[in-house]
Amino acid sequence: MHYLIHHLPAAWVLTVIHLRLSLVPVLAGLAIALPWGVLTWRNPVLRRLTTVTASLVFTIPSLALFVVLPLVIPTRILDEANVIVALTLYTTALLVRAVFEALDAVPRQVRDAASAVGYPPITRLLKVELPLSIPVLVAGLRVVVVTNISMVSVGAVIGIGGLGTWFTEGYQADKSDQIVAGIVTIFVLAAIIDVLIMFAGRLATPWDRVARSGRRRLTAPLKDPIVGGSR
Amino acid sequence: MNFLTQAFSYLFTAGNWAGPVGLAARTVEHLEYTAAAVAVSALVAIPVGLIIGHSGRGTLVVVSLVNALRALPTLGVLLLAVLLWGLGLVPPIVALMLLGIPPLLAGTYSGISAVDRTVVDAARAMGMSELRVLFRVEVPNALPLIIGGLRNATLQVVATATVAAYASLGGLGRYLIDGIKVRQFHIALVGALMVAALALILDGALAFAAWTSVPGTGRVRRSPHHQASRSAELSPNVDA
Repeated sequence: MHYLIHHLPAAWVLTVIHLRLSLVPVLAGLAIALPWGVLTWRNPVLRRLTTVTASLVFTIPSLALFVVLPLVIPTRILDEANVIVALTLYTTALLVRAVFEALDAVPRQVRDAASAVGYPPITRLLKVELPLSIPVLVAGLRVVVVTNISMVSVGAVIGIGGLGTWFTEGYQADKSDQIVAGIVTIFVLAAIIDVLIMFAGRLATPWDRVARSGRRRLTAPLKDPIVGGSR
Repeated sequence: MNFLTQAFSYLFTAGNWAGPVGLAARTVEHLEYTAAAVAVSALVAIPVGLIIGHSGRGTLVVVSLVNALRALPTLGVLLLAVLLWGLGLVPPIVALMLLGIPPLLAGTYSGISAVDRTVVDAARAMGMSELRVLFRVEVPNALPLIIGGLRNATLQVVATATVAAYASLGGLGRYLIDGIKVRQFHIALVGALMVAALALILDGALAFAAWTSVPGTGRVRRSPHHQASRSAELSPNVDA
């Protein structure tokens, strides 16, 4: 812990790099996975194909992807872009499955009711299905962000990695203090971002909060049955 | 794509497979790390998952614990473990356990708690003890999800075992690390291809196991003895 306290400015610089490397892929992945998932969700063949491809992407070790990408796309071998593209691939693969599950979680009756009151498919998607799928989507997003933040550190092996550089430096200099500092910083970073996304998800689903407090309000009077009032 | 042809010609040269640092030996090492890490993860995660799945208690604690494990960077834990305990099998196993435990635990407890409550109650009503309810009713019904967790764990561990090479350990990661170090990128590609192939084979095998384990489909052939006693139970009037 001494190391962290004595190297706060360096920690800040590395944290900014670390966050950039791990969060840009999340945004990019979401921008790809959401439309793709929505479009292919109803088509069983495309859906199957997507899930199989997604699990194939996961079999590639991150280290391998960091190295092999520059051979496939026009980037230099020790470029930050390699890490960002690689993590975007993983993120998209994880999120597209989350989108499928999120859309599956929308109750059929709600969907039918929306159609019955005259929502055209696109409006139904935007106003009913997507808002209702936010909780499952947020759960997937939290897993992805935490995984990314810890995965970026592997990039340190090829010279890009934000806080991961403390692992490689600490290892080479035989300073376990520096490695511990890196682990703690990454852990705290992941925890903070995780909580932030959780709260963002809560804010985006105000009806859940109403339902939660409403249920509590309902259960109390139900125990001694409502006699007067409404009747 | 010049690298790819070079990598394949390396792979298809018999001499590169032999010897103590050949492809075959490295693959065996890689599988050793994977098997040991998955086995230790299973020893920790499955009993805990069975207990909380069966009792329904402590779910929140375990879920947050699992999320916390995910946030620990494998590379950092591995390097720290090497500094603390030296080289050997312990550091990669400890570091890879962090990846293996979350999916196994999640698969086990969600599998057990997803078993139809009426089925569990029926088993209890017939006088089964809690242990028998767990092992004769809940586990068989939860098997596809448990194996699904095992599959995820194996996939993550086999792909991440490559980082062990950074800490001067063996495994297929050696090709990646050494390839980068001497800027022989086709060697790094060899490592990547081998790991991906290994992961695909293991994933396929476990997917098949999950498929056969779906209860009530008869995909696992019962032993003749079991079948005989079962048909006897089903048609007691024939003998009478």
